[in-house]
Amino acid sequence: MKENKTISNSNIVLQIKDLHKSFGNNHVLKGFNMQLFQGENLVIMGKSGSGKSVMIKCLVGLIEADSGSISVMHKDITKLTQEALDILRADIGFLFQGSALYDSMTVRENLEFPLRRHKNKFKSNANTDDLVIEALSNVGLAHTVDLMPSELSGGMKRRVALARTLILKPKIILYDEPTSGLDPITAKEIIILMQDIQKKYNTSSLIITHDVDCARVISDRMLLLIDGIDYAVGTFNELSTSEDPKIKAFFKH
Amino acid sequence: MSGIQKIKAQLNLFLIELGDLSYFTGRFFKESIKRPFEIKELLRQCFNMGNRSLLLVGITCFIIGLVLDLQTRPTLMEFGAVSWMPSMVSISIVREIGPIITALVCAGRIGSGIGAELGSMRVTEQIDAMEVSGTNPFKYLVVTRVLAVTLMLPLLVIIGDAIALFGSFLVENIKGNVSFTLYFNQVFDSIAYGDIIPATIKSVFFGLAIGIVGCFKGYYCAKGTEGVGKAANSAVVVSSLLLFIIDFIAVFVTDIFYDL
Repeated sequence: MKENKTISNSNIVLQIKDLHKSFGNNHVLKGFNMQLFQGENLVIMGKSGSGKSVMIKCLVGLIEADSGSISVMHKDITKLTQEALDILRADIGFLFQGSALYDSMTVRENLEFPLRRHKNKFKSNANTDDLVIEALSNVGLAHTVDLMPSELSGGMKRRVALARTLILKPKIILYDEPTSGLDPITAKEIIILMQDIQKKYNTSSLIITHDVDCARVISDRMLLLIDGIDYAVGTFNELSTSEDPKIKAFFKH
Repeated sequence: MSGIQKIKAQLNLFLIELGDLSYFTGRFFKESIKRPFEIKELLRQCFNMGNRSLLLVGITCFIIGLVLDLQTRPTLMEFGAVSWMPSMVSISIVREIGPIITALVCAGRIGSGIGAELGSMRVTEQIDAMEVSGTNPFKYLVVTRVLAVTLMLPLLVIIGDAIALFGSFLVENIKGNVSFTLYFNQVFDSIAYGDIIPATIKSVFFGLAIGIVGCFKGYYCAKGTEGVGKAANSAVVVSSLLLFIIDFIAVFVTDIFYDL
């Protein structure tokens, strides 16, 4: 059973207001709004091409929004300098859909890579090797440290990518379809891992997924992105019992 | 769409691409003088590009040296000018054949490699992951690769020239019984700084063109495996074409200096 989490405006760690983004004539986001609270798991669902990945990339400054505001830890990222944005990015972990491990580097080098820029986040005597092993141990893959990504299975890659995300001990983790392309057993393992990490580090998580089972297990709240807007927000139970045909379509099996 | 409209649309696309490439080149120069410098990655790329292209460049230049000598020898013999062979071959190789052949081989070997590598990194979101981790991917991936190929190409050209001349010497030695000392004395007598310096400067620009085009095509690769293939392919086609344009300009400019 899920714990009740205190939700109040002072606990907002991430907020999007009236976000618009177009690609040519394709108006993907048409005034999208969202709030993520401290320690919360917010699941965002939407049809393919509905703009979920565009929205999440706007959140970390990978895509520039046309208009609207994006506030991360009370800082509007649309107004930050590149330097300030890079510093803020140390507090935001991003798990990419395809893991995005650097395939010319070993697992160790993959995990060391974010530390090149953000080592000062840790105590001066922090040992890089210890940080790498700690992050890999969190995902149960300490033995893969000297392997190349091509030697790992899909599920292992996803877990190593999660370890790379965790190495900077982020306050917010963004998951872009964390279980896509995985078999049901491995997908379940990843979901359990996400829950463990959330409990251990008290992170706030924004999870984009098509996987209803994943949403049911992990979400504190859910948001449905339909027609470029935040169409519905609520708990899994509230949304799954809705009579709105657009919402019902997501929960049909 | 009428024929004229099609031409207009194509011209428009070409100009947009040219503008993007110019902006990309400008960004390369701007980023390459900004800290932090990625020295370790630069050295790794220099090793990768230099060392791994050496065998291909060596074999190609050796064969070019052999063939050039074999093809030219009968004509020079007709005029009784076979003793001029080392001078003629060395000037052709050092001024023109060595740099352009090495650059074309590198455009195929390095340019396509960079295009495919960066293209695949773009498609699999590795470049995005790098940016999210606070590392400037342009600096880490593009600046290091362009600098590496710009630095390595002149070295490869010098080594390639030497190997091509050795190929030519072998033919002279077998067919004309010319000794190593005699052959290379004649070679060094006929080559001047005016031959070596413009060729080396030209090679630097060849390297820059291969690096910039390869990185540009890969960095802005379209999504999907087809995009990666196209990036690798167009990196070779565009850089090869650019090499001949740069070569023409270089020869034209050098010629002005010779006239002075």
